[in-house]
Amino acid sequence: MADATDLKSVGATHEGSTPSSPTTIAKSMAIQETQNQPLLTMRGITKRFPGVLALNGVDLSLDKSEIVGLIGENGAGKSTLMKILEGDYAADEGKIILDGGPVTLNDVQDSIALGVALIHQELCLAPNLDVASNIFLGHEPRAGFLSVVNKKKLNADAAELAKRVGITAAMTDLVENLSPGEQQLVEIAKALSYDVRILVLDEPTSSLSPGEAEKLFEVMRKLKSEGVAMVYISHRLGEVEQMCDRAVVLRDGCRVGELDKANLKSSEMVKLMVGRDISRFFPEHAEDTAGDVVLSVRDMDYAGGKEKVCFDLKAGEILGIAGLVGSGRTELIRALFGVESKHSGDILLNDQKTEIRNTADAVRAGIGLVPEDRKELGVVLEMSVAENISLAGINTYNPPFLDRKRELEVAKEHVEALEIKTPSLSQQVQYLSGGNQQKVALSKWLSLNPKVLILDEPTRGIDVGSKSEIYKLIRGLAETGMGVIMVSSEMEEIIGLADRVMVMHEGRCMGVIGRNEASEENIMRLATGGDAK
Amino acid sequence: MKKVLGMAALLAGLIAIICIYQYTTTGAMAFFGPVNISNLAQRIGMLGIYSIGAGIVILSGGIDLSIGSVMGLTGVIIALCATKYGWSPWLVSLAILPLCALLGFWHSFLIGRFKLQPFIVTLSSLLLLRGLARGISGGKGITLDNASFATIGNNSFLGIPIPFIILIVLALIVGFIMNYTVYGRYLYAIGRNEEAVRYSGIKVNKIKTLAYVLCAVLAGIAGIVEFSYTGDVQPANSGLMYEMWAIAAAVLGGCSMRGGEGTMIGIIIGAALIRVMDNGINLMGIPSDWQWTVIGLVIIGGVIADEAHKQRQAKKLKA
Repeated sequence: MADATDLKSVGATHEGSTPSSPTTIAKSMAIQETQNQPLLTMRGITKRFPGVLALNGVDLSLDKSEIVGLIGENGAGKSTLMKILEGDYAADEGKIILDGGPVTLNDVQDSIALGVALIHQELCLAPNLDVASNIFLGHEPRAGFLSVVNKKKLNADAAELAKRVGITAAMTDLVENLSPGEQQLVEIAKALSYDVRILVLDEPTSSLSPGEAEKLFEVMRKLKSEGVAMVYISHRLGEVEQMCDRAVVLRDGCRVGELDKANLKSSEMVKLMVGRDISRFFPEHAEDTAGDVVLSVRDMDYAGGKEKVCFDLKAGEILGIAGLVGSGRTELIRALFGVESKHSGDILLNDQKTEIRNTADAVRAGIGLVPEDRKELGVVLEMSVAENISLAGINTYNPPFLDRKRELEVAKEHVEALEIKTPSLSQQVQYLSGGNQQKVALSKWLSLNPKVLILDEPTRGIDVGSKSEIYKLIRGLAETGMGVIMVSSEMEEIIGLADRVMVMHEGRCMGVIGRNEASEENIMRLATGGDAK
Repeated sequence: MKKVLGMAALLAGLIAIICIYQYTTTGAMAFFGPVNISNLAQRIGMLGIYSIGAGIVILSGGIDLSIGSVMGLTGVIIALCATKYGWSPWLVSLAILPLCALLGFWHSFLIGRFKLQPFIVTLSSLLLLRGLARGISGGKGITLDNASFATIGNNSFLGIPIPFIILIVLALIVGFIMNYTVYGRYLYAIGRNEEAVRYSGIKVNKIKTLAYVLCAVLAGIAGIVEFSYTGDVQPANSGLMYEMWAIAAAVLGGCSMRGGEGTMIGIIIGAALIRVMDNGINLMGIPSDWQWTVIGLVIIGGVIADEAHKQRQAKKLKA
């Protein structure tokens, strides 16, 4: 807090929990405002956590009607920087200058009063309230001397904002019934209800389908034309390229560079982000390693499927499953893994008909699943690295007793083989980075040497450097003769890694495309319900 | 482990306060008198037995509110069968334990298969079994005069009260399951993240069944010991609110109500803390009407101190 005393407090921020105050602040600042001064400047922001320098003198500026990309690997400091802008964290050093004058942000209320809003990756909506109530949550229009919520005005005002961002749902629909894309728009409308001038979007498209993402971009362009400044955080570099006017790159808490529109290319961004040139992002594809059919699914009917599904998986092959969110991919693999039992049809492993009624059956049959939701389903966050790696296999070591020695041996072996970065085997998994957590989730299955490994969105929320490591790992597993099923929404990943691609749409398998025909165009056509030809 | 040390320190501190108080007011330390120690051990033994059950269920992320009612009903059944039909209280006791196991299966069936909440399921058992105890006895207290049966609750072996010996034996068995078998590992894991454990190919319901069955059987054993001790059962009052003491002991001993956290030694220290508090309040001459107030304050104080410590730890570890 060395420099905190330098920061001149803007008096209005403290009484300023009402949305009207930004205008008063803007007026008081107008005297200092000059034409070429940016709307927002963050200068020399430094933030220390115990043992870690999270941000080291980072600068960021933002102009009216500008979209600035903020990119970097996980742990680079993007979120910390934005939390300082939001008033959630206090910077140890540095200044925040808004409209030419320094401001102090003590909490989120302060930043809202100044017209700064952050839209988090995990949405912060009340699912059991309707759209209008969510948009005006906390500052609903009131009426009467009892100050009850003025429902009529609430719905009318909300409808106006909803129209501005293109929400098609009715104002009285419950938010939990909305698609992820619509929910995202509600979140934006909520920010706009506070006269927001600076909008920070943290990974807004990570749970959206391409169509929904396009709609979001449309809204962003519109807001831009209305003068709203935006900070756009994303791991999807293609989107940054498409949407941003320039991008600021962070690495290990330092600002390592800025790319203007002309240089805003994925390859340039990656180079700055990882500090090295990743020439080959996807591993070299060796000659066909596919062997005999290891898994065969015959006429399987499952919860969430609209049509019986048939497919084969060969040993040593990576079968990609592509499709939009809601296409039934996750439901299909949940049935394969016995989370949800299938209704009818057969599952054959090595030509043996195998009954899979629960996850224990699946594991016994030699199937492993690395689920999409790593923190909730993939690992037990509060347990150690060793305990997580042994979770699925410990009952095979020396049942029913706990073989701690063997457990540590197995864990050590996998930590070394997969290069899991952890201070010790007893470190709780919650303190590892996303990529290392994912490697722990993978190790859990590798220790059992399964015949079939299913990966659901294996690189979601993982930084670029770790991504290519995980790809290499997956390819390596296939080369050892494992059958791999990879569900992914990232087209590059499917095309770059899969030997064959099965495309799903609304609970139906639309077709299987070979490696040579797998192009973004072909996959998208099937994924949106189009014809194979 | 640190938590257990903290609680042990709290226990030692409590004993020290009692002793200092006694020494300065009476010049002697009645706390360490052989009669007081023996009584204390007996009472810790009885509370400890059913606290282990409560602790195991809490560890698995659930709760069992039926413990006190199970204990009351156990006493009523033994008393009725022995006085009305002249059956051996020993045999009736043995026969009751499988019934307790059945109750545990019933709880875990409703919780696992029907996805009902443990709180509601065991709350219904709390009411149902208490009602059963009052119904079959007509609500009247029953006294059993059987010297041999009374030995479990009242006598000592090698100078150690038998309830305390039973506690140690049970703690060793359950402690072994918790620490040296895969079931124990699964129990901790389920308490922390049930779904992640299911996604690791483990039959979660089976492991939870183990917890609820153990809890019900331990409550049955505690009920037998308690009835042997008093020789008298009041259908409406025997065992009333005992589940709350068990939960308090488990939480004081370091179990988290969120599940997945706690140790056997911690649970026993928790039980000891509660009984030493009882004892100290008596020895220090505080009116017994204030007893609950003191214990309530100590419980919330202990839990707050623990949470504060945990938050500091988490801040330190956060990258």
